[in-house]
Amino acid sequence: MKISIQVNEGPYQHQSADTAYQFAKAAIEKGHEIFRVFFYHDGVNNASRFTVPPQDDRNVVNNWADLKNADGSDIDRVVCVAAALRRGMLDESEAGKNSVEGNNIHPAFRISGLGQLIEAGIQSDRLVVFGD
Amino acid sequence: MLHTVNKSSFERNSLQSCVNIIDDSSVILLIEDGVISATNNTQSSIVSDLASQGRVYALQGDLEARGISSKVADNIKVVDYAGFVDLVVEHGTPVSWV
Repeated sequence: MKISIQVNEGPYQHQSADTAYQFAKAAIEKGHEIFRVFFYHDGVNNASRFTVPPQDDRNVVNNWADLKNADGSDIDRVVCVAAALRRGMLDESEAGKNSVEGNNIHPAFRISGLGQLIEAGIQSDRLVVFGD
Repeated sequence: MLHTVNKSSFERNSLQSCVNIIDDSSVILLIEDGVISATNNTQSSIVSDLASQGRVYALQGDLEARGISSKVADNIKVVDYAGFVDLVVEHGTPVSWV
């Protein structure tokens, strides 16, 4: 079955980012395909490449980045552009467009719009929302 | 339909709202702080009727993380993440009560 996930909360702030990851992992282990993970609201913070948790703690950002489907295919990790920009989360392209120096989106994630969430809902058999 | 509830009923009324509105074919999965409502406590009555019909589930890892695995009320079914996935597959896209 094709499953997409929406994450509305940031890592280390609320459990939902961890729950969403554990759910995605379990779905893959059961032979399902994760079509897309859409990071919305504070969930955009899951995409920060500057996240450096203590060594004995889980790395939520890397967990998402390393997650792969059972057939080895990559998972589409999409960060909502409006939610990201207003929280200071920018990739190289957005930084250039907005004349901001530096960028902090992990390369495993891409910035896009809400249309990607709608499309995930249409293309997937299930859309599971995790939030606070 | 599957409904996930992630708040303790001591914190928010989402579980009560969910129970009030769902139809006869719906099931509830308690996750995160929602698992507190799966234990024997003063709020247990919210889900006791549904639990007796086998329609209430609680996520094992979240019960264990809160040290309340041994206090789960009668008839509540404990599932792991794989069981969570199975519920989503069986009942369709869940409603997330937050």
